[in-house]
Amino acid sequence: MSGLRYVYAVCRPFGTPLSAQLTGVAGVPPKQLTHHGLVAVVGQVPEEDFAERPLRAHLEDLDWLSATARAHQNVIDALTVVTSPLPLRLATVFLDDSGVRTMMEQREDAFLRTLDRLDGRVEWGVKVYAESPETPESSATVDSAAGTESSEDPNSRPASSPAKPVSGRDYLRQRRGQRRAHEEKWEQAEEFSRRLHETLSGYAEETRIHAPQNAVLSHASGRNVLNAAYLVPRSESEAFVELVDRTKDDSPGLRVELTGPWAAYSFSGEDS
Amino acid sequence: MTTAQRFPDAYGQQGSSANLADILERVLDKGIVIAGDIRINLLDIELVTIKLRLIVCSVDKAKEMGIDWWESDPALSSRAGRDELSRENAELRAHVAELERGREAAPAREREPTEEEAQG
Repeated sequence: MSGLRYVYAVCRPFGTPLSAQLTGVAGVPPKQLTHHGLVAVVGQVPEEDFAERPLRAHLEDLDWLSATARAHQNVIDALTVVTSPLPLRLATVFLDDSGVRTMMEQREDAFLRTLDRLDGRVEWGVKVYAESPETPESSATVDSAAGTESSEDPNSRPASSPAKPVSGRDYLRQRRGQRRAHEEKWEQAEEFSRRLHETLSGYAEETRIHAPQNAVLSHASGRNVLNAAYLVPRSESEAFVELVDRTKDDSPGLRVELTGPWAAYSFSGEDS
Repeated sequence: MTTAQRFPDAYGQQGSSANLADILERVLDKGIVIAGDIRINLLDIELVTIKLRLIVCSVDKAKEMGIDWWESDPALSSRAGRDELSRENAELRAHVAELERGREAAPAREREPTEEEAQG
């Protein structure tokens, strides 16, 4: 076999063959490489894309990166159905199978420790968005905002005023009122996020708080005020999801978004 | 919204339904790091990560971290268009400044608002 080896994840042997329809990076179906009681899930990838020089160039290309990331995630997702994989970061590439085996031997102990910690767990992502403070025309702009965040984002146009100020004093008063409303909204959102995180942490074995997301990539409306990940046993995931669902009702002006179940990406490090 | 239905049916569907920011955030920034045979200079990887982070994380956070290279980055400005970028930058700067002023004012929040500050 020629070509390079792209490694998606390391797992305990899971006994089920991967679906023949499953394709990964470069459109190639992944296969299992068993060694020393561990399984590396690998795919063959062409040198013209994954050798050092082209890979570096590709990584600067957001379109290529997006497609590759989705293909990577597609494989990890399929693995998450049958086992609790330890996901590797995008573009972990070896020259051949023996290079992969050597890596597995060298890291065997750490892999086993981490796989034990993640066994039977999945990651849930929870994000809280604060909708923009109410303005008279807000109901009219909500629909159009979804498609054009970058230019229409009300957050970036704090000066849009409900009525034309007649004097400088009026103007200042209006601005102060707007800023005040904005601040209160913000404090409310932070307080809600703090309490939500506290509650959810009680149901999770580990938690991580990530940097907030910007709407340019997520195409989500509103401002992301909480972006957190929770490591939850599968058996308790249903309860966790219901818990998140319940919080949605008592949060006017705030939106709670749940994603998952993910492989335990955010908890794959040994630092916990 | 669709949370309840997403479990356990979500298994196997994540790849198509999750948003790009969620996927990149995990696939590119989380997950265990192992040096393969194809060694991409870590600095390069971090550069990509930082660039994405600028898109993924909020701009004021990036400013806090002292990241402002986007003003001169040729890859970004050629893609987005220099004018568009500088216009956005100006808007975002104004927004960041506003947020910073808001933060400075925050310690005073204990007191009740005067009637002048009541919602307009």
